[in-house]
Amino acid sequence: MIKHVENPVLEVHDLTVSYARKPVLWDIDLTLPQGSLVGIVGPNGAGKSTLIKSILDLVPASSGYSKLFGDDLANVRRRVAYMPQRESVDWDFPASVLDVVLMGRYGKLGLFKRPRKADREVAHECLRKVGMEAFAKRQISQLSGGQQQRVFLARALAQEADLYFMDEPFAGVDAATEKAIIGLLQEMAEQNKTVVVVHHDLQSVVQYFNWVLLLNMRLVASGPTEQVFTNELLQEAYGGKLTLLTEVSELVQKGQFAAREKQGYRG
Amino acid sequence: MEAFVEFFSLRDPNIRYVVLGTILLTASSAVVGTFTFLQKKSLVGDAVAHAVLPGVCLAFLLAESKNPLLLIVGAFVTGWLSLVVIDTITRNSKIKEDTAIGLVLSVFFGVGILLLTNIQHSGNAAQSGLDSFLFGKAAALLPNDVRAFGILAVLLLAVVGLLYKEFKILAFDKNYAAILGLPVRALELTLTTLTVLAVVVGIQAVGVVLMAAMLITPAAAARFWTDRLSIMLILATTFGVISGVTGSFISYTATAMPTGPWVVVIISIIAGISFFFAPRKGIFFRVRRQMNNRRMILDENILKTFFNLGENDHSFKEARSWDQLLVERHFVPRRLRNGLARLRRQGFLERQSAGWVLTQAGFEKGKRTVRLHRLWELYLTQYLRIAPDHVHEDAETIEHVITPELEQKLQEKLGFPEVDPHQSEIPYR
Repeated sequence: MIKHVENPVLEVHDLTVSYARKPVLWDIDLTLPQGSLVGIVGPNGAGKSTLIKSILDLVPASSGYSKLFGDDLANVRRRVAYMPQRESVDWDFPASVLDVVLMGRYGKLGLFKRPRKADREVAHECLRKVGMEAFAKRQISQLSGGQQQRVFLARALAQEADLYFMDEPFAGVDAATEKAIIGLLQEMAEQNKTVVVVHHDLQSVVQYFNWVLLLNMRLVASGPTEQVFTNELLQEAYGGKLTLLTEVSELVQKGQFAAREKQGYRG
Repeated sequence: MEAFVEFFSLRDPNIRYVVLGTILLTASSAVVGTFTFLQKKSLVGDAVAHAVLPGVCLAFLLAESKNPLLLIVGAFVTGWLSLVVIDTITRNSKIKEDTAIGLVLSVFFGVGILLLTNIQHSGNAAQSGLDSFLFGKAAALLPNDVRAFGILAVLLLAVVGLLYKEFKILAFDKNYAAILGLPVRALELTLTTLTVLAVVVGIQAVGVVLMAAMLITPAAAARFWTDRLSIMLILATTFGVISGVTGSFISYTATAMPTGPWVVVIISIIAGISFFFAPRKGIFFRVRRQMNNRRMILDENILKTFFNLGENDHSFKEARSWDQLLVERHFVPRRLRNGLARLRRQGFLERQSAGWVLTQAGFEKGKRTVRLHRLWELYLTQYLRIAPDHVHEDAETIEHVITPELEQKLQEKLGFPEVDPHQSEIPYR
């Protein structure tokens, strides 16, 4: 069940992604409406993070493309924010919480320029939103996991974008913080911003998101939560690995085939 | 002493050149090295340092003179080439980066030594002094060299100053920098170029063999003292400059001494001091904190034992003998003796003919430890559902850790209970 929308804020067209020639995502086709709060749901190894990273050009696509706001990413970077998993960086880095949040402003600042007073104020405001304003001067190595997560969230907020991608923002966060964060995201969606979240906890999906992507190496479903989050589709997404697909992936890797033939070289 | 005054008064213009040169060389490598260090690419710096030697020799063979500009170009080319080779090997084969670095380093350096030996035996008069690239010779810096390398060093510092925030985000979170639209590839290239340049500039002072130490050690030492990047840069530069100037002073006074090894010895001493004595992160402070903790635990355990003995016979004001204490709890006798003496000194115990007795302050402290122990046991059984016969060991540790704020919270959460899971009374104020 894949529901497409008019004037999508994000369009992914026939996207295939491979790691070391091994395809991990097959032929993803989807569109997302503006102002939605989207949950990407699927079992471990389903390619949830990879999908986001590929849309954001951090992982090259073997074939297919993504359009954001109907344009290439390079032309709309200012309108796109990203919150990586917190394990993706070494937190034993000589920087304060405020330093890290200010990084969210670097895109707007451009090369060579130092953060201005306005940038600092935005950063402080974002820290306040995530309840971390008291920690602005704290060294990042002294933060707990949940606090690190909130710092990354504040940094993404500081980008002041229209489309947000978040990779497991609730991992390692206590229940109260999770509630505060989801409140924040819902508020953003009400302001017609689009938030795409990789999510792990099936229990809260219905409560949190109004649009759901079910992923398991391929797109099982995409649509409004109440239409997609059904037993039948969940079965399809979680009902064991698609062994045939995995085997073919491994064959492709072993044989060193390109996942896609180059155009014009059909043989 | 005379040499010291002569050197540091900077009256001799030659010495001025040497000192100025050394400061610029060591400062630029420390600054660039800080970012190399934070990017976790320390080994790459070592590879580059060794790989510039064949470039220097080739440039000399082509020009048949020691024109500093040509030598810089030569060093730069092979330095860069080594990085490209490392990158190509890592990307296109199963060989991991550390292996690739090892391969490239030894091959390039081997070729460099080969060329250098050849040049030395060629009978070319201009070659004398070329071997100072091996271990560095700051004292042999000519005004011409200092000008060339000095300009390069200033340029290097200026670029780092301009791209400070870019290099910072590159070292912390490269993917995020890419998302923001920063030209990550170009920035990485710039930083790599700067690393090669810093090496090229630095080898005059310390030589190719030990150059990596000048890149990495100042940053590693500085990291112990601070958690702020700006201060880390300043400290690394200071450490680098101190070792550079001292090293060139030694090689100035003892003419046969190469500069490089001395510079490295001094920066290593600085690093050693940082490693042991830096506040909070240094070994010395960590050991001292552990010792303090052990002492605190022992003291609280002794007072707790007095309190327990008092509970048993309902008399807290009675003197306790040595044997009584040892029967109640298995102390190490030597530690117990020290602990008793310390507690007496601090006013928690008093000595009487029959033994030791709690003062009021000692009584309160012992009571608090017992209270925390029993509260924690109760917390574990009620909230973590741990069996009552399993909670004692946990509480033995936690009773020393809980702060007054946590104690307050714990009491409120449990509703000021009267007895612990073993029906012992919880003593309040």
